[in-house]
Amino acid sequence: MANSPTLSGPSGAKPRPFITPQRFVVYSVLIVCAVFFLFPLYIMIITSLKNIQEIQGGNIFVPTMSPTLDAWEKAWNSACTGLYCEGIKVGLWNSIKITVPSTIVSIAVASVTGYSLANWPFKFSEVFFAVLLLANFIPYIVMLYPLVIITSKMGIYSTLPAVILVHTIFGLPVQTLLFRNYFASLPQELFKAARVDGAGYWGIFFQIFVPMATPIFTVSIILQVTGIWNDFLFGVIFAGPTNYPMTVQLNNIVNSATGGKAYNVDMAATILTGLVPLTIYFVSGKYFVRGIAAGAVKG
Amino acid sequence: MDRPNPLFRNLNSKFAALPMMLIVLVVFVGGTLWTVLFSFTNIKIVPIFSPKEWIDGFVGFANYTRLFNTDRWMNCPIITHIGQSDWKASCTGALPNVATYAVLSVTLSIGLGFLLAVMMDQKIRAEGVFRTIYLYPFALSFIVTGHVWAWIMSPEYGLQHAIREMGWTSFTFDWIADRQMVMYAIVIAGIWQGTGFVMALMLAGLRGIDEDIWKAARVDGIPAWRTYIQIVLPMMRPVMVTTFVIVAAGAVRVYDLVVALTDGGPGIASDVPTRYVYQNFSANLGQSLAASTVMLATMAVVLIPWIRMEFSKKRT
Amino acid sequence: MATSVSVQNLTLKFGSAEVLKNLNLDVEEGEFIVLLGPSGCGKSTLLNCLAGLLELSEGQIHIKGKNVTWAEPSERGIGMVFQSYALYPQMTVRGNMSFGLKIAGMPKDQIEQRVQRASEILQIGPLLDRKPGALSGGQRQRVAIGRALVREVDVFLFDEPLSNLDAKLRSELRVELKRLHNRLKNTMIYVTHDQIEALTLADRIAIMRGGIIQQLDEPHTIYNRPANLFVAGFIGSPAMNFIKGATTNGGRIFQSGEINLDLSQYEGGAVMDRSKAIIGLRPEHITIVDAAIPGQTIPAVVEIDEPMGADSLVWLLVDGRQMSVRVPFEHRPKAGTPVHLKVDIAKSSLFDETNELRI
Repeated sequence: MANSPTLSGPSGAKPRPFITPQRFVVYSVLIVCAVFFLFPLYIMIITSLKNIQEIQGGNIFVPTMSPTLDAWEKAWNSACTGLYCEGIKVGLWNSIKITVPSTIVSIAVASVTGYSLANWPFKFSEVFFAVLLLANFIPYIVMLYPLVIITSKMGIYSTLPAVILVHTIFGLPVQTLLFRNYFASLPQELFKAARVDGAGYWGIFFQIFVPMATPIFTVSIILQVTGIWNDFLFGVIFAGPTNYPMTVQLNNIVNSATGGKAYNVDMAATILTGLVPLTIYFVSGKYFVRGIAAGAVKG
Repeated sequence: MDRPNPLFRNLNSKFAALPMMLIVLVVFVGGTLWTVLFSFTNIKIVPIFSPKEWIDGFVGFANYTRLFNTDRWMNCPIITHIGQSDWKASCTGALPNVATYAVLSVTLSIGLGFLLAVMMDQKIRAEGVFRTIYLYPFALSFIVTGHVWAWIMSPEYGLQHAIREMGWTSFTFDWIADRQMVMYAIVIAGIWQGTGFVMALMLAGLRGIDEDIWKAARVDGIPAWRTYIQIVLPMMRPVMVTTFVIVAAGAVRVYDLVVALTDGGPGIASDVPTRYVYQNFSANLGQSLAASTVMLATMAVVLIPWIRMEFSKKRT
Repeated sequence: MATSVSVQNLTLKFGSAEVLKNLNLDVEEGEFIVLLGPSGCGKSTLLNCLAGLLELSEGQIHIKGKNVTWAEPSERGIGMVFQSYALYPQMTVRGNMSFGLKIAGMPKDQIEQRVQRASEILQIGPLLDRKPGALSGGQRQRVAIGRALVREVDVFLFDEPLSNLDAKLRSELRVELKRLHNRLKNTMIYVTHDQIEALTLADRIAIMRGGIIQQLDEPHTIYNRPANLFVAGFIGSPAMNFIKGATTNGGRIFQSGEINLDLSQYEGGAVMDRSKAIIGLRPEHITIVDAAIPGQTIPAVVEIDEPMGADSLVWLLVDGRQMSVRVPFEHRPKAGTPVHLKVDIAKSSLFDETNELRI
């Protein structure tokens, strides 16, 4: 449903001579908002560089005079996540183990299904498409208990395969729509030409469409990786304590502190958890915008 | 040569779509139906779908009655006195909480997002920098967002403490610890996370508007703000509807943010339906399923404007 | 000559809508057939059915005597050229042209031979290692034709191949297509909405509307003897003038208000008396004269004229209705002058208004 926005050139009112009252207002609003949006990032960073005395005695706004990476070291290596005190690095590795397979499998299935829906319509494919569209909006929680039962019956509940399966499943509707819309937007004559040339279902997919689909693969990888990385609920329910992803570990670190809260460690762990999606965001730029717009319908 | 059996036509395509169809059928359709159906039973242990279990356990709307009589779900002491101006404010519980959160976060993030998009559309300098700044929170997990804001809003060490230390000793900002205000604290974090996204969608919508509209409005001497409100805004209806549905759908199922920011506290003052459903899975399955179904119904209501838009698009 | 493509009782439904209605068409071997009609008339749909890209609801298609109704597109012995060129963007020109042959499992040297031959014919040799993105529109369409050519099939299908090109290039490629047809002598079925293309290229034109072939004839016949009111109005630019009236005196007079035209020279069927008739006059079959001639002229007042280079199109008012006449530029009358229009009845078309058919 969401069109990929293209952020090509401004189209608003024409520029006027440099400083006018209007422009002053415009820039003021933009800058005030920018401060609001940057504020937590600033706090996160300076807090993570403080030592515990500065946290308890000091001012949240004021950066430390003697920055230390101790909190980072602790967050990474030895912060306690409930039973274990091995830091958030365990979670990082788990998150990778969860994210990579779920991303690959869901994109593989979704791209083929999207291609089927766009180019090889069958009976009920329209109905199927409509169901997919609505499936995106069903709150996950509604299907969670049935999935617990299903994974229990399969004997994988509370293991890595379970959480991978669940992520794959919930990634599928939006990914399929993404690919379906992309393939439907390619010129249909290309598809016809390939059929006249004798290419079949898989031939057209692999030789004609996949090479043309780099943008949409990029968008869907970004979407899927960030989505799975940032998930909390499925990790808690399906992964089992040994496989908890980074978000769950972070939550545990923050909540399991004994004695005074080590906010510097918490913030270091928080930054570490946000680092992967943030890096993807800064590197991918416009693809990220397209991805979130396209994937925003995700449950 | 005879007409080939349509069943075998595009066989590859059917095979390739099969896994997906099974998943949709079993998990999305099946799972949802299962939840809805078993919300009418008193089932307690892990059930499977068998008609017998369902019939044996059928209790009608009992789970719903109990759910709405549970204070943690919804408690509106003055609701019998509808007509008094403050009856809404007196409601507490997961459902009123999510209503407060959804109404405020949707209105504010769409309002602020549109405003920012309009500002961004004024041929400003460093547009890319501003966009990057507004949008980066959206890349972060709700868990990350929640913990950062929990730290900032912490009365002991956060903003309140810092400002008091600077000399304004009576300054109070303890929403996170205040039963009356805690939902507004969550709204702030939600807006911080989601406004950039709304801005990006709105900006894309603004940029999609025909350049000639602006020229025509200028030739007609219509001031820019009027053009935005009277011409551009109506033209952006589809973008608005899409954005509304997406943001509202997200707000209805808010969970991670609450877990990280307040964990439902103080007490259960910031409990939300998803959390309620999850926490009742083992102790109170029937009610939990009933609560899920209520969420599903809420989502259906949110979807109405979008479905109507899609429907009218098809007809024209 | 043998029949190359034969369509029998073809019906195509999308849901409950009949897009093609019980259509029959026989194309001779080596013939250049143009399917012409307004958008939505079913011409492209028919072509897609011939190619096997759409499944018929009823009927049969034979190509070279073989029933291909249910055959895959690649098994039908056809090559196809599309409006948007439909070149595979990630492959070079050579890759595009050889893709189908590779799939068919043809040996490499043979593929290369065919590609060379086709690229010579189309003069695209120097482009073989470029990607479509680096080519101009005209070059792309040549490559697309080349892709059809290497298949060395008997039937070529063209789906508005020139519509995406600018006017100059379009007329150049039009001539080239005609040359190609003269050289290869393949059967060509060509869809267009451009009547100039149709009139210049076709051996026969099939005019379509509402999923039905309205008239299938040589261009000359279509132009001069349109089978019905639709064909008459569709073909010809500027369009044919129509005057509503009646035929009287045993079909010897066409009468409309003050106008009386003598029909004795009319070259159609038996006119008879019809209370509702329409006469169609092409702008170039009318001349402007100073004095009225009984039974041959129509009184009119000049409104405006549109100079078109060699000619001028003069718009006149007849009885409050507009008519157009094509006159040599230097003979164009001044606006506001009352004139008389001399009608060439032998070249006119009479229609019965009730069934819209030519009399």
